[in-house]
Amino acid sequence: MTHRILAIDDSPTMRGLIARTLGEHDFAVTLAEDGADGLDRLAEVDPHLVLTDINMPRLDGFGVIEGVRGHPAYASTPVLVLTTESSPELKRRARSSGATGWIVKPFDDMALVGVIRRVLGVPLG
Amino acid sequence: MTTAQPALAATMAAAPAAPPDEVVSFRVRDMDFCVGIGFVREIRGWTPATVLPEAQSYVTGVINLRGTVVAVIDLAARLGLGALDPGPRHVVLIVAIGERLVGLLADAVSDIMPLDADLVKPLPAQVAERTRAFLGAVVTLPDGRMLRMLDLARILPPSLGGLA
Amino acid sequence: MADLDELRTTFFEECEDLLDRLGSGLRELAGGAGAGPDDTVHAVFRAVHSIKGGAGAFGLDDLVGFAHLFETVLDGLRAGRTAMSPALAEDLLRAGDMLDDLVQASRDGAPPPAESLARAVAGLERHADGDGDDPLDDFVFEPVALQLDAPDTAPDTGAADPAIWTIDLAPAAAMYMNGNEPAALIAALAGLGPLQVAARTQGVVPLAGFDIDDPQLAWRITLAGDADRAAIDHLFDFVEGLARITVTRGAPDMAPQADPTGSAPPAAPAADEPAAAPPRPAAQPAPAAAPATVRVNLDRVDRLANLVGELVITESVLSQSLAAAGLASNGEIAGGLDRMRHLAGEIQESVMAIRAQPLRPVFQRMERVLREAAQATGKSARLVTTGADTEVDKTVIERLVDPLTHMIRNAVDHGLEDAATRRAAGKPEEGTITLTAAHRSGRVVIEIGDDGGGINRARVRGIAEDKGLVSPDAVLAPSEIDAILFMPGFSSKAEVSAVSGRGVGLDVVQREIQALGGRVGIASSEGAGSAFTISLPLTLAVLDGMVIEFCGQTMVLPLASVVETMGRADTTIRTTGTGGRMLATPGGLVPMIDLADRFGLRPPDTAGDPGVLVVIEGDDGSLVAVTADRILDQRQVVIKSVEDHCGAVPGISAATILGDGRIALILDPEALLHAAGAGPVAFAGGIA
Repeated sequence: MTHRILAIDDSPTMRGLIARTLGEHDFAVTLAEDGADGLDRLAEVDPHLVLTDINMPRLDGFGVIEGVRGHPAYASTPVLVLTTESSPELKRRARSSGATGWIVKPFDDMALVGVIRRVLGVPLG
Repeated sequence: MTTAQPALAATMAAAPAAPPDEVVSFRVRDMDFCVGIGFVREIRGWTPATVLPEAQSYVTGVINLRGTVVAVIDLAARLGLGALDPGPRHVVLIVAIGERLVGLLADAVSDIMPLDADLVKPLPAQVAERTRAFLGAVVTLPDGRMLRMLDLARILPPSLGGLA
Repeated sequence: MADLDELRTTFFEECEDLLDRLGSGLRELAGGAGAGPDDTVHAVFRAVHSIKGGAGAFGLDDLVGFAHLFETVLDGLRAGRTAMSPALAEDLLRAGDMLDDLVQASRDGAPPPAESLARAVAGLERHADGDGDDPLDDFVFEPVALQLDAPDTAPDTGAADPAIWTIDLAPAAAMYMNGNEPAALIAALAGLGPLQVAARTQGVVPLAGFDIDDPQLAWRITLAGDADRAAIDHLFDFVEGLARITVTRGAPDMAPQADPTGSAPPAAPAADEPAAAPPRPAAQPAPAAAPATVRVNLDRVDRLANLVGELVITESVLSQSLAAAGLASNGEIAGGLDRMRHLAGEIQESVMAIRAQPLRPVFQRMERVLREAAQATGKSARLVTTGADTEVDKTVIERLVDPLTHMIRNAVDHGLEDAATRRAAGKPEEGTITLTAAHRSGRVVIEIGDDGGGINRARVRGIAEDKGLVSPDAVLAPSEIDAILFMPGFSSKAEVSAVSGRGVGLDVVQREIQALGGRVGIASSEGAGSAFTISLPLTLAVLDGMVIEFCGQTMVLPLASVVETMGRADTTIRTTGTGGRMLATPGGLVPMIDLADRFGLRPPDTAGDPGVLVVIEGDDGSLVAVTADRILDQRQVVIKSVEDHCGAVPGISAATILGDGRIALILDPEALLHAAGAGPVAFAGGIA
């Protein structure tokens, strides 16, 4: 089965990298340019997993988590946040805001795919 | 832009290292010439050129190559063989030298042929002095004909990126 | 799928945008030193953050390191740990410049400018002190790579079976709420070795009594093989604190409930009442909505512009063929052609509009140029810009950077007085350089002004005389003296300081602007300052031209420089002593150029009487009359470069393609004026 992923990042570079990496690993990726755009597309994409940047204009990653968790159909959909920091403080904040997990940028392909598979319960490799 | 000249000149000067695998041969005033196929972008029929002011006498003018302005050089005039009176039966070889496109006016294109490196020889003594300066080497074909291989960097005037 | 090179290109394009945003944000912050508006700080932070993120993906370590430090300082500002101060503002601006440099260096694969980097880093580090949350040595990112086959390095001296781990997992509600699925966790554990999983259902209540906030289902997992403890903990990283997790070495019966690693789950979070409608989180205050944009590679736009140009040409070829075939009088055909011509024109305009871009990025770059020039000269100066949204063709914008840079430096270096002089003159110590842009009758006019001392004409004249540029007895009007500044050779070593750049004079600026089809003017008032005015065409792609014919050649004159056309019969022509001819006009004699002679199309002695005269005007108002057989048309022509493939041709600025597919050359009015001795710097007899 092909998993649908909604990836939200305001950086075209990041979007490109994510689309490329996940596309190569047979995920169906839909890209959104910021948090508000991402939530707008939530129902349309009907994702198995949401991947979101934290720092974004209009609506940030925490807003995305709040929006996803607040939607009855996606309340338990995994949401992974992309972050350039790996401080314990950020992990705590991500957990307490309702994020399923986090991925530290820059990620290598296998780190990104590995975490996504792990969260979706898809066997690795 | 004249700034590209020295670099171009340098690459052209270093060019004779390896003869091309394939050449386009053509005739100018009953003499056979050739250039490496790598230089040739296309071959087209003659169309009237627009005179380019203050250009050398052997620059026939400029033509429209699908929206690009390209200068045409009368090879006969350049080689000191007397200017051609171009007409519909003449051909223009569009060659690329570095970034630059230039048209070479010739009487006819004869052939595109593979080149046996063994046939490429230094210029023999009997090549006329006035054409000598523009030739890189000669190719003696099995049938005895001699192809003069043009040194494009010397054919072009410096204003078009050739060697002075 | 985009390949990495493309993404790299995307990244550097994105960086340009981000750096622009960063620059304007930083200036805003610096301008309102004190309490920076939150939005601005956030925007600036985001820009740096995005650069860092992308740079990391491409392994641009210098960029990542610097961006990280920059981000740390900005984070302090954002969180209120650091207060805005003039010193911080200055260091941030410099850091912005540095980031820009590092991006350029990374793009070009050049080494980072070590010295200025060290300065910028030192500047930032001053403000990063005292930031406890994010220590500076946290430069290295923790990779999240899964070490599935890492050897077990955890020392374990226990008697327990080293080949078995027992894991108890009891999720709290929060774990489910965060979207963590026990089955997925267990599947991930299965990647570490063979598993046995048992669900523990002791606490599970019948569905009727099920409390969503207090799940009771738990699992005991036995993992065989010699998996690394760290790898196991890593899998539970996301749910730490959200479940009761214990990991024990050995079989279940040997080591129950030992080695707790997960703290007890917090009391079930007080979840909001499950709302019927999906609540939309309150969005952050949205900045003024920017119009939707797409990023397009300029090559594609150029291709489109070329194609439209071809369309316009094809249309006129068609039109001529129809006329030749005697069909032009057919109403339907003529009407259809008319509509086609009209549409092609509109498409052309739309394409030109796509290429048009605001001058803002160039203006923003000038802020930096000014800062650096002020620093180098020890002067205090500020830049006031107006009309940064004025749109100009992208190619024009690119080629404006160098001349503007030079003129801004020149204004700071030569225009502004030193602080003492300014004080004495009753002016504020800080000089003001103004940079304004506006559209004026189909051209864009850019003015660079300063409130300095104005041109010291006596000194300029003195220098010019010393250099032999002007004869001592020439009578020069003030404007003529000002124009000396543009003369080649006026700038000298003595005159050129480190700031303005060695050997680059205003003559070079003038040449660059003229190459763009522009003109440079100067106005100066003693004691009050100087202003340089650049007037440019809006685009380099099309030109309003007058199509003329002489000696069988068709050429185009830029309509902008045509002052007047007249038939030969209406003119009085005088022959000068040297054989030159002059056109007598009410304003005086105007030199004449026979285009056929000028371009060597026939020997001068056979020059017949001209059919028409076209009077053209130079940037400085000097006039020349050119002769032609006839005027064919006045229309917009598509500009094609001659220089690209044919090198520079004297007297010719470019070419266009006519209706019949042939090339017509576009005349360069300034070159014609020069040839007539009516060049832009026209000191009748004044120049030695």
